[in-house]
Amino acid sequence: MSTADLAPALAREEAADPFTLGGEVFTSRLLLGTGGVPSLEVLERAVRASGTQLVTVALRRVEASSSGAMLEVLERCGVRLLPNTAGCRTAREAVLTARLAREAFGTDWVKLEVIGDEQTLLPDAVELLDAAEQLVAEGFTVLAYTTDDPVLGRRLADVGCAAVMPLGSPIGSGLGIRNPHNIALLREAVTVPVVLDAGIGTASDAALAMELGCDAVLLASAVTRARDPERMALAMRQAVEGGRLARGAGRIPRRWHAEASTPMQGLPEL
Amino acid sequence: MTIPLTVNGAPAELAAGSTVAGLVAQRSGGHDRVAVALNGDVVPRSSWPTTELSPGDVLEVLAPTAGG
Repeated sequence: MSTADLAPALAREEAADPFTLGGEVFTSRLLLGTGGVPSLEVLERAVRASGTQLVTVALRRVEASSSGAMLEVLERCGVRLLPNTAGCRTAREAVLTARLAREAFGTDWVKLEVIGDEQTLLPDAVELLDAAEQLVAEGFTVLAYTTDDPVLGRRLADVGCAAVMPLGSPIGSGLGIRNPHNIALLREAVTVPVVLDAGIGTASDAALAMELGCDAVLLASAVTRARDPERMALAMRQAVEGGRLARGAGRIPRRWHAEASTPMQGLPEL
Repeated sequence: MTIPLTVNGAPAELAAGSTVAGLVAQRSGGHDRVAVALNGDVVPRSSWPTTELSPGDVLEVLAPTAGG
């Protein structure tokens, strides 16, 4: 976004709106997942258009994994890697996967995902909290993918997660934010960053997440499975920026009836 | 002489005295960011050359892929 036309004070504020996560400072508040990307060329264009600085990756059996070229692309884009524990169903599996990811990627950051249901891919709260506690104790920077339950969010923050990442709706569903009130409550409940993760379908969903007070948005399918991933990546970037600005600007209260914006005073009798 | 193992969910036979490093060289398919689990524990890269495999060992050899 160009800040050239803004009043100097606002431009300065805009330029200095850093996002601190796990002790690192980012300028982008959009985290991008690579899952579902149709080709490496598309991935590179989408990553660049999104402006993201943090990209999720996964580990799979070597014969099923994509070529090492994906990491070359991501390295070329200058983004930081965030391994996930996708597919894990127990704390034991998730902890082992995080340790393996630390070996493979050389990072102790992990997007902790412990799934409790095949159909909805909703997190298993009990296993998630157990895994989070173990991984924090092992020195991991844990970004926990969770339900939109403010109480669970607080418990995850209490055990030392670096961020709480509530879903808007099930992974890949594109249903947006089904319970905005819970996201706002969760934002109030913790002091660590809140990253809206999962369920984003289009740009307005990402903007809403930021307007609700989320510190960042993580999305994958909405971009990688869009008809034009590069264009959608740019849309998401601008939506996140717009939502962040609107949150800071303070929205007007909702009213039941109209309130005229044009003054009645001086209205001619015609 | 060979030893029976399970590698990535499938039965495999390796020469007796084989190490994790040998298995990775055989299986990694050019990936350089590989991680190995042996019987449910991580084998750090630095231990690959000295970790000898035993009959019945269960191994997972993993590499990066795209993911949300």
